[in-house]
Amino acid sequence: MPLSQAQKRELEAKMQEFVGLPISEPKPGRDAVNEPMIRQWCDAMADENPIYWDAAAAKEAGYDGVVAPPTMLQAWTMQGFEMAEGYDVPKNNEHRLHKLLTDHGYTSVVATNTDQGYTRYLAPGDVVTANTVIESISEEKATALGIGYFINTRTTFTDQDGDEVGWLTFRVLKFVPQQQPQAADDGGAGAAAAPGIIRPPMGHDNGWWWELVQDGVLAIQRCNGCGALHHPPRPMCNQCRSMDMGHVEASGRGTVHSFTVIRHPQFPGYDMPILAALIDLEEGTRIVSNVVDCRPEDVHIGMKVTCRIDEVEDGFKLPVFVPAG
Amino acid sequence: MTHSLTFPDVSVGDELPPLDVPLTSAVIVGGALASRDYTPVHHDSAAARAQGMQDVFMNILTTNGYLGRYVTDWAGPKARITALSVKLGAPNVVGDTMKMTGSVVSADADSGEIEVEVVGRNAWGNHAEGKVRVTLPKGA
Ligand SMILES: [Zn+2]
Repeated sequence: MPLSQAQKRELEAKMQEFVGLPISEPKPGRDAVNEPMIRQWCDAMADENPIYWDAAAAKEAGYDGVVAPPTMLQAWTMQGFEMAEGYDVPKNNEHRLHKLLTDHGYTSVVATNTDQGYTRYLAPGDVVTANTVIESISEEKATALGIGYFINTRTTFTDQDGDEVGWLTFRVLKFVPQQQPQAADDGGAGAAAAPGIIRPPMGHDNGWWWELVQDGVLAIQRCNGCGALHHPPRPMCNQCRSMDMGHVEASGRGTVHSFTVIRHPQFPGYDMPILAALIDLEEGTRIVSNVVDCRPEDVHIGMKVTCRIDEVEDGFKLPVFVPAG
Repeated sequence: MTHSLTFPDVSVGDELPPLDVPLTSAVIVGGALASRDYTPVHHDSAAARAQGMQDVFMNILTTNGYLGRYVTDWAGPKARITALSVKLGAPNVVGDTMKMTGSVVSADADSGEIEVEVVGRNAWGNHAEGKVRVTLPKGA
């Protein structure tokens, strides 16, 4: 059930009580910066930068000895194994804020941004302490994932002398998922299948047209009553109301009537950017298609194009248009 | 010692050599544990599936680690990373490949600092769009 406006105001007031609070007492990382953890990190990242491995190389680069990869900053203060228990029982203010939202239906969380700065490179022996504050919470936002609130935290990292060694901001979206997450039904056996293009729905009215495309033919529906051409195919002629439909084979020659270059959002399975165009076919109808083999800056209104039927995925063909030779 | 770029070696518009990162279980789980991130979705495929994912996926520290590594692989050991800014997108799930590309988008001669725009793309779209700030030696 969506929250009423009054419930939402009440929730937002409770959320605002968290703004400015530290998430917990600052606590030094369990282990000082150390070479075994540096090497374990570099193994996982396949990072062969010698300043992380070899004191002589590090000295040549201007350090006193081996240093830690700067992107490891937060790793020195992570809670480690206890994180595996989850947060059903909140352990700090951040968990309490998240639970407050979860309890109001904002059950999902996704990290959207992180910014960090490194004041100096850390070296073995440095003891790092994280001081994290809940910096701000947005108004309710409608996003592609669902409605939710952006929560911004800021962490300042200090060393054993209390000097800042770096900082980190982190933004998460706590949201009401539009679709309930589903467990995969393959039992987890397979890896993530690569996404493909979205296939057109093929029904009674247009299935024949797509079948001809699979045979390499670009067809245009033609009314057997009055001869009017239609695209996309339809059950009844809008000129004479006849339902007796045939088709002609298009020459494939056309002209760009209008176009748009789709850069965002980046659809999985598509090569971006996509040149989507409205093409005037020389027979007198229009078709929406893609212009390919053409740079976005080269497409223009009035450009002559020719249809080509491409097998865009195994066993599936799509008509596209290329600049006329 | 490995070659390092100096500031005069670099121009705005320079492209970094692309890097394909195979997203094996070892990379995903190894990266999570190396960063002391035991959040279940990064090592437990049942927990990941309960969140609608097909398998475990990369944690943010590992993403950051790869962005940093990608830039210093190119710039060399004398490059000093000063800042990182990342917009996160499609999760890096086991079995996929992250294709990394990058280019130099700004260079400040006074400070010797350059900014490299890095994109890590997988089959679902951009996993990470980042900017990495790096200070290079001033050179001869
Ligand atoms: Zn008709």
